[in-house]
Amino acid sequence: MSVQATPLLQVSNLHIDYHSAQGDVPGVTGISFELHAGEVLAIVGESGSGKSTTAAALVGLLAESARVRGGSIRLDGRELLGLGERQWQQVRGVRIGFVPQDPGLSLDPVKRVGAQLVEAMTVHGLPRAVARDRSLGLLREVGLPAVEQLARRYPHELSGGMRQRVLVAMGLANRPALVIADEPTSALDVNVQRQVLDCLQGLAQERQAAVILITHDLDVALQRADRVLVMHRGRVVESGAAAQVLRQPRHAYTRALLAAAPSAQAACVRQRSPAQWALAPILEVSGLHKSFATWRQPGPPAVDDVSFEVPRGGTTSLVGASGSGKSTTARLLLGLERADGGSVRFNGRELLGASRRDWRELRRQIQVVYQNPYASLNPRLSLAQIISEPLQAFAVGTAATRRQRVADLLAQVHVPATLIDNRPDSLSGGQRQRVAIARALALEPELVVLDEPLSALDVLVQQQILELLDELQQRLGLSYLFISHDLAVVRRISDRVVVMQGGRVVEQGVCEEVFSRPVHGFTQGLLGAAVGVPQL
Amino acid sequence: MKRLFLVLAIAILLTAVGWALWPGLFSHADPLLGVPTQALQAPGAQHWFGTDQLGRDLYSRTVYGAGLSLRATLLAVLIALASGIVLGVLSGFFGGWLDAGLMRLVEVLMAVPALLLAMAVITVLGFGTLNIALAVGLSAVASFARLVRGEVLRWRVSTFVEAASACAVRPWTVIARHILPPVAGPVLALAALEFGSAVLAVSALSFLGFGAPPPQPEWGLLVAEGRNYMVTAWWYTGLPGLVVAAVVIAANQLARALQARQGVYR
Repeated sequence: MSVQATPLLQVSNLHIDYHSAQGDVPGVTGISFELHAGEVLAIVGESGSGKSTTAAALVGLLAESARVRGGSIRLDGRELLGLGERQWQQVRGVRIGFVPQDPGLSLDPVKRVGAQLVEAMTVHGLPRAVARDRSLGLLREVGLPAVEQLARRYPHELSGGMRQRVLVAMGLANRPALVIADEPTSALDVNVQRQVLDCLQGLAQERQAAVILITHDLDVALQRADRVLVMHRGRVVESGAAAQVLRQPRHAYTRALLAAAPSAQAACVRQRSPAQWALAPILEVSGLHKSFATWRQPGPPAVDDVSFEVPRGGTTSLVGASGSGKSTTARLLLGLERADGGSVRFNGRELLGASRRDWRELRRQIQVVYQNPYASLNPRLSLAQIISEPLQAFAVGTAATRRQRVADLLAQVHVPATLIDNRPDSLSGGQRQRVAIARALALEPELVVLDEPLSALDVLVQQQILELLDELQQRLGLSYLFISHDLAVVRRISDRVVVMQGGRVVEQGVCEEVFSRPVHGFTQGLLGAAVGVPQL
Repeated sequence: MKRLFLVLAIAILLTAVGWALWPGLFSHADPLLGVPTQALQAPGAQHWFGTDQLGRDLYSRTVYGAGLSLRATLLAVLIALASGIVLGVLSGFFGGWLDAGLMRLVEVLMAVPALLLAMAVITVLGFGTLNIALAVGLSAVASFARLVRGEVLRWRVSTFVEAASACAVRPWTVIARHILPPVAGPVLALAALEFGSAVLAVSALSFLGFGAPPPQPEWGLLVAEGRNYMVTAWWYTGLPGLVVAAVVIAANQLARALQARQGVYR
């Protein structure tokens, strides 16, 4: 960390409100901080804490309803608040680079990534030929392989991690003095997460650029940042050197955050008695095979000879990097995709080749919870409509009894019954995921497939949902197939762990064994790459 | 400024609809009654739009003409809307061969110029307001079908639709509950836009003599009849023409506003 007389960025007493029909809602209230060149500052906090509002103010991209009430943002001594859109264009992308949160939404789907990267430079006046040369260098710098071919691909042909790195490259394209990365890794698995963060951190050191890392992942903050700013309800509750803040937290909120963060070092907590292990497994998968390759687009199969089982009343976790075939496996089991070969036995009954009518009955017993509760609930329906949908589909009960059942289910997942007629948009992310779980439970299934149910949520909320899943499993005797890339979470919830790589199972076994004595090199790498391992 | 245009557009459309529904409220003169002594009079306090060569009040003829013209237009848009939605949903939701077949059909429809297609249809079906509506509607089906198909494709792969399928909700229920409501927005915007072009198409067809026979007042027919008196009586063609133009532009404005609102909610 270099110490200079004048800081690169000075934010003082920034105050932003959001205008709404019910009056003004405070976004951030009086935050101040400074940032020097070559420094990495992490802003941590749960969603709604004002992290993203701060980031948006720094790049001049506040929502239309936002009102700046006061304060100042100075970059190199120049006031940024109150700049017009035209003046912003000379700052944004040139002096301040921005890496947005969602790689799925931030790239133009109909343009090749190389062209988009070149455009990021030519709009600021760089000649096309120079920009093209530099774009390949940038892609190489962020650690992407075979950049010439990659630049000619479209965003949908890249994995999430690759797209995120393309966005990092775009953020850095014009060699900005300040880079703001808004949750750059929250959707990525550990391996890719490490690469993207390495890349950001390396660039900060090499070019003496300042980096603001907005994240809800405390371990990322601890490892990557020089300083940490903890935000809660629009205020900075604690700030200082990363190690100091996160090792000796003074504020109660920081302590709560730290306590909630699952650690990969934690032991496997599940204890199954031999009698429980002796029960016949609820789901047996063997030799499952699926390939999306065609003669025009040859490629390795997405799921190749996958075999595992889910113990009755227990949890099996599928772990692996993105693109390892975890989700495809889940979709095959749910009958949403047709398998090419193998066998899936549920309660001893073969699922592959089951007819449409058979599947209808099976859906009562096998349910699914999706990764993103913002996408899996129809924003136009009320909670009552959403949760009663499966009941309606099977014509269970009358309208009145269905409503009663919805209320019961909401109580089971600890969502206030007063919200029954609300729409999902008035709920927090955690509450939405609870509603999604309630919908999955409506038909009293035996097996629930949980496809990355926590990765879109904050740490504190993750903790609560995990507890809820535990509680429901014990009370209702559910079996879970849990899909995740977060090893700390997997360790906490699983009885069995299945590690997948490139569509194949590379290792599987009882949770404790896999974690304490990983046999396969990939598993060892995965465990080592987990940024959750504190290294201080 | 934008607001002002929108308010103006809505006012124009409401007036036109008022003319169509209750012409008697807006004009007291008989649109069919000619007073030869008052032939070809310029616009004034007595005759707001002037009179034609038979001394009929042009304002009154335009007001009464709205009924026929707008009825045909509305019918055309409804026909296009209904069949477009059915085709689009079938092809977007079920895909496969059905999709391929229907889309080729739509492409054929799009390849033939709309007016030409409408004229061909009328030649087969015969003249008259209903037939005009059918013809114009048919030539607008393609754009509705394409739009609906695109939107259906987009929502069909959304997670909440998959979640509904995983709960064993039947396909038609999924379509009605989860897919059609979000599709409605852009389709309504297109309907407003198509309403504008349908007004124009219906007027063009009646201008060419495919519509209601004289002495029925119809906007396109009024413009056509006035052509012979262009030099001496500019109002005869000009003012009914202006009304058509105003309605078309107003419908466009409304469509744009609807579209902009979509943008906000996406």
